[in-house]
This record gives sequence, structure tokens and C-alpha cells, in this order.
Amino acid sequence: MGLRYGTGAETLSDLTFSLQEGGFYFLTGASGAGKTSLLKLLYLAQRPSRGLIKLFGEDIVTMPRKRLPGFRRRIGVVFQDFRLVRHLSAFDNVALPLRVAGVEDKDLETPVREMLNWVGLGHRSSARPATLSGGEQQRVAIARAVIARPELLLADEPTGNVDPEMAKRLLHLFDSLNKLGTTVVVATHDVHLIARIGRSEMLRLDRGQISDPTGALRNPPRAPIA
Amino acid sequence: MKPSPRKFGTADRGLLPEGRITGPMPWVLAIMMFLTVLAAAAGLGLGTAARSLDADVGNSITIQIVEANPDFRNAQARIVISELQKIPGVTSVRRLGEEEMARLLEPWLGEGGLEADLPVPALIDADLTAEAYSNLQIIRDAVAAVAPSARVDDNAQWLAPLAKLIAALRWLAAGLVILMVGATAATVVLAARASLDTHRGTIEVLHLMGATDVQVARLFQRRIALDALFGGAVGLVTAAAVLLVIGNRVGALGSELLGSAGLPLTSWLLLGALPVGGVFLAMLVARITILRALGRLL
Repeated sequence: MGLRYGTGAETLSDLTFSLQEGGFYFLTGASGAGKTSLLKLLYLAQRPSRGLIKLFGEDIVTMPRKRLPGFRRRIGVVFQDFRLVRHLSAFDNVALPLRVAGVEDKDLETPVREMLNWVGLGHRSSARPATLSGGEQQRVAIARAVIARPELLLADEPTGNVDPEMAKRLLHLFDSLNKLGTTVVVATHDVHLIARIGRSEMLRLDRGQISDPTGALRNPPRAPIA
Repeated sequence: MKPSPRKFGTADRGLLPEGRITGPMPWVLAIMMFLTVLAAAAGLGLGTAARSLDADVGNSITIQIVEANPDFRNAQARIVISELQKIPGVTSVRRLGEEEMARLLEPWLGEGGLEADLPVPALIDADLTAEAYSNLQIIRDAVAAVAPSARVDDNAQWLAPLAKLIAALRWLAAGLVILMVGATAATVVLAARASLDTHRGTIEVLHLMGATDVQVARLFQRRIALDALFGGAVGLVTAAAVLLVIGNRVGALGSELLGSAGLPLTSWLLLGALPVGGVFLAMLVARITILRALGRLL
């Protein structure tokens, strides 16, 4: 498939790849290579200009708009710019995916508190994003992305603003989720991260085209997720 | 119970910050409701006045016997009353007494101005059925046969210009109410669009987490409903206070016509229902506006 914004040149061009269900993927590439654009296609913020994308076994390019929310609820996203809701507390930001899914308030408290504790922000649950540091905001964003146990987790530079120790913890969180069956795609510049997950595959984007340094794409998985 | 993505819980009001009272929207809606209630009250009051006028003069005639000789005048009056009572469709006939005549002429002649030697016509009021009223010529002929100097006045015809004016003013009031409803709807559309722009970031995040258009629209509906409820209540209370003051002033004038334009309980109940209607209108318009705008997003 390909993606073009407006009438400019294609940002993503002739991409063909599959992601294995339960796989752990790092998406790398220089700035402007198209990593964020590719993630946007995967978290259904954008439709491709041409081509086909199948997600959870269904064609999402021609899928009616009203069916998209159901698919989005199966995906967790860590945005590069966090996209926290600025008038909500850290607790309410993390609780958002559960509320969207219709979880009752009485059932929110425990999982949200646990998740905030896990990312080291249990003591800041009532803080608004503006009062949190960049690293803290990023951890809230990650907690929000994983709270609903998504089937597909997409993270855009998720460790860009945290210290190495916290980066290790967060990666461990992703790893744990992956072991529980979540397919993880992490867009990053950090080559050290890639080395930490031994079973991971790397997809490299170069000027909107994908290369296959680990050979993952030359051996298509039996149960592709995307 | 399995979670349902259909609606947010009650604790999710904070997903969009509530801008009540501090923002312009509730106050604009309060002004709209104030003007709507006043226009509606004017229409309802004029309706009451029109009905009162119709009840007072509808299907009724007054016969004037203009005769300088009082004996002859009284004799003619008796004959006319007797003739009228024989005509089918004449439901009541009554000659105005001296006291009543004196009260009617007091504005022109002053107190005690109606002296015995001043010749004034004899006035006879008659109420008719609708059928008899539509064949008024029969009565005119009957009266002319026994009292050639008598004049039959159709009261409704005298007051026709006033009735037409009242009808026109009622239409004007109805038009104003319709215009105000349209202006309120337009205000809600603009407010909903502005709110959508203000909260676009939040909406995008909600969407990307799987919120449906209806879920998001409900958040706006609730917010706009609260604004409309506040604005409607303020507008209604203020308008009611103004109406009570005007009613008081009109009462002090002692004018029968103006006094008849009062508001019965049913009219007050109708006016009280206007803010409720305003809330539903605002919610409906907000919902349609938001759903249409969201439909343009992926």
C-alpha cells in the first residue's frame, strides 16, 4: 500500500508486510522515514491512498466507518506527543480507554491504580498533565495505552523522554504484555532497546519504503495480524 | 456485566470541561429565552383578549332609538324589545338602564351630566345565535317596521378593525417566537461547532480509543443541555418578572380591553414549558451538528 498527504509525493510507498500475531516488532528509520505515518495507518487514524491493509483478518481500507471504533478498542497507542487530555487527571487519562469501553466506575479504581503504580506514578494520580514532567506524561500515556490489554500495541518513541532505568521498566511492561499475547510494534531510534528483546523483529523504513534487516518479512508468519 | 461501549458512565461528565455560566453560551440562551417568553406571552395575552372581545361583542347587536320625545322613545323601545323577542335566534334582549347609560356617558358629560332634559337615545342590547347573526337583515327589517328612526349597530363590525389588529399582532408574536426558535437553534449550532473545535484534541483521542460518534455526541449534548437549562431558567424567571410588573401596571390603568389581555394559568404553564422545549431543541440541534461534524472525521 501507499500513503500520500494531499498532492505531495508518497510518504509511504509500495509497502508490503505482515505482522505475526503475538510478535514483537521494532520499527526503525531516520526521522521523516514514515514511521509515524505507518503507525497512523495501523491505529486507524488514516486510510492509505492506495492498496490494502488487513487488520485482525479484515480489510480496514474499505471497512465502513461505523465499524472502526470496535477495531480501535482492540488497539493501544502510545503517541509520540502523548496526547493526554489536559483537563483530566493522570487517573482519568489512564481510565479513558476503559470508560470508552463502558467499564463501570466501581470497576475502574483497582486496575487504574495498579497500572499507575506500575509506571511509578501512583502518588501522582490526581495530577493534571501540565504539572507532570515529560517523562511522567509519557508513562501516563503508556499506562493508558496498555490498561485495556489491547491485542495490538503501537508505541511511537515510547521511551524518548524517560531515563534508562524507566525505559527498561517500560520495555519490560511491553514484553510482559507481549508474552500474554499482545502484538507489539515499537517505533524507536534507540538501538539499545532492540537488543533487549531477543525475540523481536526489526522493520526498517527508509524514505517511505520498508527494508527487512532481520528477514522477518521474507518468512511471512502463519497467522498474520496485519 | 459485559462492558458496553454505548455510553459513558455518570462520572464521565469531566471528559469535556463544563463551561457553564462562565461562558457566553448560557447567557445568550438566557436572552433568547427571555425574548421568546415575552413574545409568546404577548401572543397568548392577545389570544385571551381576542377571545374576551369575541365573547363580549360576538353575535351581539345594539339598537339605538334616536327620538327626542322621551315618551315616544320609551314606547318605541318597548315595541322593539317585544318584536325582537318574537324573532327566532334572539337569545336575550335588554334595554340599558339609566345608571348604565350615565356610566357610559360619564367620560363625555362628566359626573351627573346626564340630566333628565338631555335627550339621549335608548339603547337595547340583543344577543343572537350564530344563524340569526348571519341573517341580520331580518332583524333590521323587523326593527325598521316598528321604529323607523331606530339604528341597528353590529358590535362586531364596529370592533372589526381592533379584532384585525389583535389578529395581526398575534401573528407577529407567533412569527417572533418562530424566529427566536430559529435563532436559538443557530446559536446552538455555532456553539456546538466552536466547542467541537475547542475540544478537537480530546475528541480525536476519544475516537482513537474507540469512542463512537454517538458517545462523543452525548458528551456535547449533556454540556449544551446544561447550558440551555441554565439559560432557559434565567430567561423564564426574568421574563416572568417583567410580565408581572407589566400586568400590575396594566391593572392600574383600569382599561377593560388591556385588562382582558391577561394570562390564565394554562398560558403560564405553556410559558413555563418553553425552557424545557428549549433544552430539547438545543440537545437535538447539538446532536445533529456534532454527528455531522464527526462524520467528516475518519
